[in-house]
Amino acid sequence: MNEVPLLELRDICYSFKDSDSQLLNKINFTISSERIGLIGANGCGKTTLFQIIMGLLQADKGEILLDGAKIETEKELRNLRRKLGFLFQNSDDQLFSPTVLEDVAFGPLNLGMSPDDARKISIATLGHLGLKGFEDRITHRLSGGEKKLVALATILSMKPQLLLLDEPSNNLDPATRERLIEILRTQDMPHIIISHDMDFLASTCTTLYTLQSGQLARCEQKQIHSHEHIHPYGEHPHQHGT
Amino acid sequence: MIEEPFANGVSFFHKRDPRVKIIAAASLSLVLALTSSFTTAITGFFFTALLLILSKPDFSFLLKRIMAVNIFTLFLLVTLPLTYGGDETVKFLFFNISTDGLRMAMLIALKTNGILFCFLALLATSSIVSLGHGMEKLGLPLKLIFLLLFSYRQLFVIFQEYQRLQRAAKLRGFVPANSLHTYQTYAYLFGMTLVKSWNRAQRVQQAMVLRGFSGRLIPLNQPKPSVIDYGFLLSLLIISLILAGFSLIPLPS
Repeated sequence: MNEVPLLELRDICYSFKDSDSQLLNKINFTISSERIGLIGANGCGKTTLFQIIMGLLQADKGEILLDGAKIETEKELRNLRRKLGFLFQNSDDQLFSPTVLEDVAFGPLNLGMSPDDARKISIATLGHLGLKGFEDRITHRLSGGEKKLVALATILSMKPQLLLLDEPSNNLDPATRERLIEILRTQDMPHIIISHDMDFLASTCTTLYTLQSGQLARCEQKQIHSHEHIHPYGEHPHQHGT
Repeated sequence: MIEEPFANGVSFFHKRDPRVKIIAAASLSLVLALTSSFTTAITGFFFTALLLILSKPDFSFLLKRIMAVNIFTLFLLVTLPLTYGGDETVKFLFFNISTDGLRMAMLIALKTNGILFCFLALLATSSIVSLGHGMEKLGLPLKLIFLLLFSYRQLFVIFQEYQRLQRAAKLRGFVPANSLHTYQTYAYLFGMTLVKSWNRAQRVQQAMVLRGFSGRLIPLNQPKPSVIDYGFLLSLLIISLILAGFSLIPLPS
């Protein structure tokens, strides 16, 4: 007997109101404990797919199942949002409290935790991400890399079961990028990562999917590889594109 | 960035429960706002100035706030003596200056500053979020509090978007002048600010909803009013009453 997948998408279709073409065309997808990378051209609907999964956008057709149960009511949707953590492309949109600690504790407090417990779990989460001592820092004065890690902390403090990360390695310096890779590799949690950074995906994912012309396709196994190559100015830190 | 420059200090007032501060500020400012007595206004002015000094504010920020309000009172101080009328007038050059008008303008200036000092000492020493929570605990309508907190958040978002666009314009050599080009650029700037802040507000709201937000902002610090808080409240209420009583004392003429 097959195990019930954590998250399942069935025949998800979506198109923008003012456009005839289908952005997403009958997407079928399941995830249980895999670490999945999702690639595709700009504007092909990757972020839209994440927004549909989180219930921020309504799919034209299709269903979303969490632990085998269809998401239909507001209550089920709230439960889904508690179990899935979505890291936005732009951390500035995700951080809105004055201080780091308040921002990280926002989720746990909303989940009904007592302020003391929320404080404890937030400090622990920050510590786990190597952000000890950041509690009273002002969120909008953090560097880009710090913002990204704090945004991750705001999600991890809610103890999700699956992470959706939208281009997490964008604009990170090499050290922060390595740290993020290390965090994602060592934590025991499935994730789906949207990225154009193949090296990043190679070190954090086991399976790759491509989204092209509205279709989701699993890439052949063992396609992820690393290679050595000559680079102009290669001795300087650099990022790889697609 | 719209800062809360007074909220992060350390003083007796910062440690007081927001509920206590809201009630105290309301009673003090009510007395000051309604009085027409100079005795009350002057005593209230000095008393709230004392409170303000005790709250150890940052003086450069303080000066800016006081200036902003007093541009308005200065305007009244100039116009009221010339327009108020009344029996007593003093001739000064070509002008008939009404002493009643002067008195009225002074009274307004004293009252305005008294209330301002009282708010700066009592309300500005709490963050907006804890004030909102205090209001909720006091039983004020949730919608009202929600509106206050979100206007505050959105103001900040809108301001940030505007700054970003303004910087972009400046970097491309835009210098404001009295020209059609300038007006058009500003029109674009304001228009884009609205559109962009709308989009951003939507994304921030999504982020909040995804993290379980359901209409109540819960602050991390939820102190309970202590004996000191109750004592503080009681003494400020008594002082408000005394100030109100001063209205009965006529000014020596």
